[in-house]
Amino acid sequence: MPSEAGSLPSERTLRLAAIGFLAGLFSGLFGVGGGTIIVPLLIFWFGFGERLATGTSLAAIVVIGLLGALFQGGFYGNVHVVTGLLLAIPAVLGVVLGVGIQQRIPQRAVSYLFAALLLGVAIELILK
Amino acid sequence: MNEVAAVLICLLGGLAGGLVGVGGGVLFVPALAIFLGLSQVESESTSLLMIVIVAAIGAARQRGYGNVRVREGLLIGALALPGVLLGVAASNWVSERLLQLSFAALALFMAAQLVRRARSTYAAGGRGRG
Repeated sequence: MPSEAGSLPSERTLRLAAIGFLAGLFSGLFGVGGGTIIVPLLIFWFGFGERLATGTSLAAIVVIGLLGALFQGGFYGNVHVVTGLLLAIPAVLGVVLGVGIQQRIPQRAVSYLFAALLLGVAIELILK
Repeated sequence: MNEVAAVLICLLGGLAGGLVGVGGGVLFVPALAIFLGLSQVESESTSLLMIVIVAAIGAARQRGYGNVRVREGLLIGALALPGVLLGVAASNWVSERLLQLSFAALALFMAAQLVRRARSTYAAGGRGRG
């Protein structure tokens, strides 16, 4: 990656910190998932291609989700574990399918899909 | 019937997650709340469990294709915590409606930027880095 060699690690770290902080801030403020922020910022600020941005976003979401669960006092209590695990089965099928499809469509199509998702989120927030 | 709807919506949530790199909570929460009758808090907590599973498997699949920067992803995730804390606190000080409308505006702006960038980057046979 040319961008990696060209920029100072400290500057990269600061920008990564900013993305993490903003993703967390918006999840806390609006209850939206961090991915809505992480993917566009990795594309805009780091020049990541769409596939790299979305893959890295998923890795970040694992950590954010785990931290969120810890902060809420663990997964128990409000979590319906059996329901969650059962519904995770179709959801996992979906994500495996989605990642597979993503490798076979042009990267620009991922940007357009993401823009459509953002549009949907905006409309939902406006109509609330 | 409601269970079938919940299963289908969760399948769609996972599909969206894999396609565009989000957790899928935007669809899991309504599936749990509307079709299975969980409360909002229960839906959000249960959705979080599902998001962790879906994102972990999605990230593992993407890693197989060489599409994950593990260090960057973990760093972003770890640094999100102070943001979450501030966000939750701030959401109690500011009008909820104002917050919703501001984020809607930001989402529209980012959508426009993504489309603009995709059009210019890939127009003349160019390709995105990474």
